[in-house]
Amino acid sequence: MRFHLLEHAHVTSDSPVHRLPAEIKLAATLAVLIVTVVMPLSRGGCFAAVAAALVASAAVARIPAGFLLRRLLLLSPFVIGVAVVNSLSAVASVPWQLVLMRSGLCLATVLLLSNTTPFSELLRVLRRLRVPPVMITTLALMYRYLFVLAEEAERMQRARTGRTFTRRRGIHWSVLASVAGQLFVRATERSERIYDAMCARGWK
Amino acid sequence: MHIPDGFIDGRTAALAAALSATGLGLALRQVRRELAPKRMPLLGLAAAFLFAAQMINFPVAGGTSGHLTGAVLVAALLGPAPAVVVLSTVLIVQCFLFADGGVLALGANIFNMALVAAISGHAIYRCVWRLLPGTSGRLAALAFAAWCSTVLASIACAGELAFSGTVTWSAAFPAMAGLHMLIGLGEGCISALVFATILRTRPDLAAQDLSMRSDGNRRRRAGYGLLVALGLAVFVTPLASSLPDGLETVATRLGFEHRAAPPLVSAPAADYRISAVKSPAATTAAAGVIGTLAAFGLALLLGRTLAARGADPVAPPRR
Repeated sequence: MRFHLLEHAHVTSDSPVHRLPAEIKLAATLAVLIVTVVMPLSRGGCFAAVAAALVASAAVARIPAGFLLRRLLLLSPFVIGVAVVNSLSAVASVPWQLVLMRSGLCLATVLLLSNTTPFSELLRVLRRLRVPPVMITTLALMYRYLFVLAEEAERMQRARTGRTFTRRRGIHWSVLASVAGQLFVRATERSERIYDAMCARGWK
Repeated sequence: MHIPDGFIDGRTAALAAALSATGLGLALRQVRRELAPKRMPLLGLAAAFLFAAQMINFPVAGGTSGHLTGAVLVAALLGPAPAVVVLSTVLIVQCFLFADGGVLALGANIFNMALVAAISGHAIYRCVWRLLPGTSGRLAALAFAAWCSTVLASIACAGELAFSGTVTWSAAFPAMAGLHMLIGLGEGCISALVFATILRTRPDLAAQDLSMRSDGNRRRRAGYGLLVALGLAVFVTPLASSLPDGLETVATRLGFEHRAAPPLVSAPAADYRISAVKSPAATTAAAGVIGTLAAFGLALLLGRTLAARGADPVAPPRR
C-alpha cells in the first residue's frame, strides 16, 4: 500500500454532510452496515435503496465519484478473489453476487464516513462512549504521529536508495530491515521526548 | 488477512467481537496497572511505527513484494498486553481511517491479528527462547514464533469465514493455511532481521518486555491463553472434526479450484496434501507437521547466521 493512495483529500472541505455531528454519521454508518450484511439477496430493493442513499450523500458531500471508485478498486482484490472462487464452486452457501454487493456497499459506506469525518471527531465520540483513556491516548498519539513516521520512513528509504547500488536480494533485505529497526529506535526516542513535553504541559 | 464487511455473518461477528472486547479489556487493564507512565506514549508511537514499517516493501521473487506485519516483533519488544493494545489500535485506525478491514468485522480482525497472533506468538517465543539460549536462540525463537503466529491467525481467519458460511472450510483452510505458511517465512525472516538491528543498535530497547518483571503474570497469561483457545475452539474445532467427509464430497470441486486460483495460491495448496498418505485428515496433519518442522529448521539457521554476523558490513553506524 502506497502512502499517497491513503491520503484523505476530502476531509477538510465543507458541506452539509461534513457538518453533521459525528455521532449521527457513525450511527447511520453502523445501521447501513448491519442492514447490508443481514439482508438476503431476494430483497434486491433494499440494496438499491442503500446504494441510492450512498450516491446521494456522496453527491451532497461533493466527493468525486472517480475518487470513490478508485479507492473501492484499490481495497477490493481480496473481495474479488473470494467472489471468483465462490462463483466457480458449486456448494458455496453464499452466492458470489451477494458477496460482491455486500462488501462493495459496506466499503463505500466506510469510505464516505472516513472522508467526511475528521478522526478527532471519532475520538470524541469514543470518549463519550467511555472507552478507557489508555486506548484513547494511544489512538490519538498513533493518529498524530502516523504521517510523521510514515514520512520519516520514506525519507530513510530515499536516503537508502541514494546510497545503495547493489540489487542483491539478501543485502537488500538486511538493509531494509535495518531501516525498519532504526525506525523503531527513532519512534522510541520520539516517545520519550513526547512524554517530557506532556509532563511539561501538566499531563496527569 | 483483513476481513472486509459482508464476509462474516452477524453471529460470527458478535462472537468474535465479544472475545476480542474481553481480551482488549484485560490487556488495557494490565497496561494501566503495570506500564510506567513514562512508557505510555510508546504505545501510540509503536502503533505508528508498525503502520510506517508496513510501507517498507521487501522484494520477493517475480516482482512481488511483502511487508512486515509485526505482531510478534511488537510482542517481543513490549510484552503481550501492550502488543495487544498496539495491534488493536493499528487495526482500528486502518478500519476507520482507510476502510481497510470491515467495521462489523473489526472484532474478528482484532481477534485474529491482535489476540491470536500476539498472544500465541509471544508464548511460542518465550518457550523456544527458554529451550535455545543465547542471541542465536532468541532470533530463531522470534522467527519461528512469527511464522507460527501468521499461520495460526490465518487458520482463525479461515475458521471465521467458514463458520459464517461464506466459503467452505475445505476450501478456506488449505488455501489460507498453505498461503500463510509461505507468507509466514517472509514475516519470520523480516521480524528476525529487524529485531537483530534493534539488538545491535539499542540492546536496552529489546529488554523492556513488561511481562518479564511483573509477578503473578502466569495466571494472567493463562487467562489470555484460555481466551484464544476458546475462540479457536468455537470457530475451528466443529469444522475441523467434519473435515474428512467434507473433503471427500468436494474433492472434484477442489481440483477445479486449484486451476482457477492464482498461481501463488494454488502452489502451496497443491503441495499441502501429500499424495503418499491416503486419509485426508492424516494428510493435512502430516503436511502441517512437516511444514512446521521445516520452518523451525529455517528459523534455527537464520538465527545462527544473524548471530554469527557480528560485524555486519551493512549495519548502520552506532550513534
